[in-house]
Amino acid sequence: MAAIKQTFFQECEEQLCELETGLLAIDDGDTDSETVNAVFRAVHSIKGGAGAFSLEELVQFAHVFESALDHLRAGRLAPSGEVLKTMLRAADMLADLVRAARSDSSVDTASREELANELRAFDPHEPSKGSGQGIQASEDDDPDIAGFEPVPICLDDLGTELHSIQNRFLIHFTPKPGLYAKANETALLMRELSKLGEIQIICDYSHLPLLDELDPEHSYLSWTVELTTVHDETAVRNVFEFVEWDCELDIQELDPEAAPDDEAITALIREMQATVEADLAARSDPQVASVPASAAEPPATAGNPAMSQRGKQEMATAAQATIRVDLDRVDRLINLVGELVINQAVLTQRVFEAGVARASGVATGIDELEQLTREIQDSVMAIRAQPVKSVFQRMPRLVREVAALTGKKVRLVTEGENTEVDKTVIEHLTDPLTHMIRNAIDHGLESPQGRVAAGKPEEGLVRLSALHRSGRIVIEVSDDGAGIDRTTVKAIAAAKGLISPEAALSEEEVDNLIFLPGFSTTSTVSDISGRGVGMDVVRRSIQSLGGRISIRSKPSQGSTFTLSLPLTLAVLDGMVVTVADETLIVPLSAIVETLRPKADKVHGFGGNAMVIAIRDQFVPLIDVGRELGYRAKDTDPCASVVLLVESEGHARNALLVDAILGQRQVVIKSLEANYRHVAGIAAATILGDGRVALILDTDAVVAHWREVATDFEEPLAAAG
Amino acid sequence: MTDMTNKNQGRPTADPANARELIAFRMGAQEFCVDIMSVREIRGWTKATPLPHSPPFVRGVVNLRGTVLPIVDLAARLGFAGAEPTARHVIIVAQIGTQTIGLLVDAVSDILTLAEDLIQATPEVASEMAKTFVRGVLAVDQRMISMIALDHVLPADERDAA
Amino acid sequence: MSKTILTVDDSRTMRDMLKFSLLNAGYHVHQAEDGVHGLEVLRNVTPDVIITDINMPRLDGFGFIEQVRGDGFYRAVPILVLTTESDAMKKDRARRAGATGWIVKPFDPVKLVEAIRRVAA
Repeated sequence: MAAIKQTFFQECEEQLCELETGLLAIDDGDTDSETVNAVFRAVHSIKGGAGAFSLEELVQFAHVFESALDHLRAGRLAPSGEVLKTMLRAADMLADLVRAARSDSSVDTASREELANELRAFDPHEPSKGSGQGIQASEDDDPDIAGFEPVPICLDDLGTELHSIQNRFLIHFTPKPGLYAKANETALLMRELSKLGEIQIICDYSHLPLLDELDPEHSYLSWTVELTTVHDETAVRNVFEFVEWDCELDIQELDPEAAPDDEAITALIREMQATVEADLAARSDPQVASVPASAAEPPATAGNPAMSQRGKQEMATAAQATIRVDLDRVDRLINLVGELVINQAVLTQRVFEAGVARASGVATGIDELEQLTREIQDSVMAIRAQPVKSVFQRMPRLVREVAALTGKKVRLVTEGENTEVDKTVIEHLTDPLTHMIRNAIDHGLESPQGRVAAGKPEEGLVRLSALHRSGRIVIEVSDDGAGIDRTTVKAIAAAKGLISPEAALSEEEVDNLIFLPGFSTTSTVSDISGRGVGMDVVRRSIQSLGGRISIRSKPSQGSTFTLSLPLTLAVLDGMVVTVADETLIVPLSAIVETLRPKADKVHGFGGNAMVIAIRDQFVPLIDVGRELGYRAKDTDPCASVVLLVESEGHARNALLVDAILGQRQVVIKSLEANYRHVAGIAAATILGDGRVALILDTDAVVAHWREVATDFEEPLAAAG
Repeated sequence: MTDMTNKNQGRPTADPANARELIAFRMGAQEFCVDIMSVREIRGWTKATPLPHSPPFVRGVVNLRGTVLPIVDLAARLGFAGAEPTARHVIIVAQIGTQTIGLLVDAVSDILTLAEDLIQATPEVASEMAKTFVRGVLAVDQRMISMIALDHVLPADERDAA
Repeated sequence: MSKTILTVDDSRTMRDMLKFSLLNAGYHVHQAEDGVHGLEVLRNVTPDVIITDINMPRLDGFGFIEQVRGDGFYRAVPILVLTTESDAMKKDRARRAGATGWIVKPFDPVKLVEAIRRVAA
């Protein structure tokens, strides 16, 4: 049962999602009846399951909500903006109740009741109930709940013989054709009656025509039953519960003591009993009185198991457009495929080294192997790829809440929800996105009055989009608010000692100051954007995923955060380079271009720094060998290769490496798993020769270099 | 994999309840041992890929069937000079908490099964190094074997500011 | 010789609960997610009793029952509907569509079996 309860909560989450999506669609103008039906079913489903687990609060609220939705789907309630607003809030409340039920906590009763009353007010037949009504949340509150009761308990089957009073009933039962059409069986009803006590049955088949006039679908028989039982009439009627409307049923209570002139009847009854019992026996196989088709049905017992077997298989295949898989299994599969990729690379290398590749068959074979391995890898990665929808769909509610808290009017537009990303990345998206959206509403958007004063529509727009671009996933969060107040930002950064007060910074650089640790524009920590969880934390978490984040802003027009993440955390396209006899991998996504420096382009700068002129820009030269501590002395740039890399904020730097060996797709192996984070290194991988190669974290290398070179900032900016 | 012979040196084997099974190994002129429970396997030495900005006793990382394994020069870690590793050296793959690391030692010498009470307290002359890593000493056949606890072998985690 | 029951319900939770109760009572269970799926399953499975929910996507309980009753082979299979309401109107509609009987949700496993026995030989 616990497992089913788990299933129930999982299903609730899905239903809540359907609910919200549907309501938003209706709010947007969707008039398809299927949409509103789906919304109704979602709440109905939750109510049903909740009832099974006796989650009272949830059941009651769901019931009120369901009734309101019923009015909506029946057209008795118009889907106005106000109505939908209330429905959406009800959906939020329902979600809270579900989660409270799941975690065994509770939701504020007052707000729940208030919302319930608003929903009740939608009932076109009843005038809105005053708030006084809402206080009691018990059964007598809503008449509908009273109807929501299990079938009355029948004490019959408990076999209690508490009272020795025997009741006698005379039952006349004449089925109408409809009874059989609904697959009810008199024999079964009689059997049920016989469980109540002693019965004597007479069948009247006087109306039965001759065989050639017999219409098998018609009903010609009627029965008279004398029943002696400890149960009362209700119990007797219960047996006929399903067929009440399809028969003539007459139940008379007889005197417990048989009156003398009943003896004749009793004798007659006994006389006919023998005939009837034989008759009844014949009827146990549903042949005569039932519709012909049923005769063919059950007796084929031998046939059945075979059919159910095949039936199961076919059902299994037919039902599987999707299957559920244990995440562990997928992860294991992905790891194995990763190993396969490495193995294949090792094999290729060894084959070439052994000179066996000359044999043409081998070379083709190796190529095919590489092809296949790549395809397997892509397919396996695709298994874990999920649309960002699951993250995006939490945002509407967030927007509603933050908008309400800040008193702003906000509209959220999402695009590209079906853009797929590896599951490992998706899990890490929620927090950063949440922060950014909160930020956008709290700091970015102006108050409704402010917006109107600025000639903008009262409602602010927040746009959330996702798309694939050059092998990465790019997510943007933009708002049409006031944009970054650069003067204030600069002043705060200077005041906190993050920059020198006279520093001349480009607009972009000022915007990116908000990512510095310790930066926060509000003097009191805003509860909404989280206790001082600033953008630096967001940036760090994005970076730890191998991603980048930057911001663009136009005063009074708005700001846009751009997040770029690798499609998967498991595999990377990299450039293989050598630095001081060590082999390193540089992520291709960071590299803008490569070039061999010419002496006349390289200039010394300041104390020890060097820059290289690339087209009309001067770009700092960073000696990777020195940065990583592989070398003590600088290397000669002209004997090296430059990798021009772009970091967050679009700053460009030139990394010096010894040589480029090629490009490879590598499987990312964690360094932190068994060791710890190493500055300047993102992760590790295993090369074709079985050795470990480190993957460079270009942003970190650049950042560290800049830190050391701070006294060059000003003049560098001036030169650039 | 090194061949391991189980010589108990004539010591009476303790009853399993309070017996410890230990792997003994040599570094330089001294002998040490660790609880066999932490040891996953023994490997020959392979050249490690150096890690930037790492302490001198972290030799780098090697590939252990697809996992990246850091190699700690145990002699250096314990504070005395280690020799340049060669193919004759051995790596003891050990589990410390949730991490697996490789300990570079000269050679494995023994597997011992001893009663708990045979472990003596560390002598008072102990250095700082000893206090951090050594949990006791054993006298086996006129050899002194220092028992090492691995908890602090890896450097403490000091993340750089982002 | 145990009976085969086909349950048709769009709620996973409800399907699990029904399966649990029915298996415990010794029945064989087949399941479907909505009316259309139910009809598909019926092509390969011959149940002794069908238990169906009313509110379902694609083809709801009423539609499903009507289809089954209109089928030459299956018209006499007992069909029980699951209803959260002992609402007379809903019951009546189900009956008119051809339902044999009903079970009220949340269902008591004992009542469930009783209802089945009342309609199945």
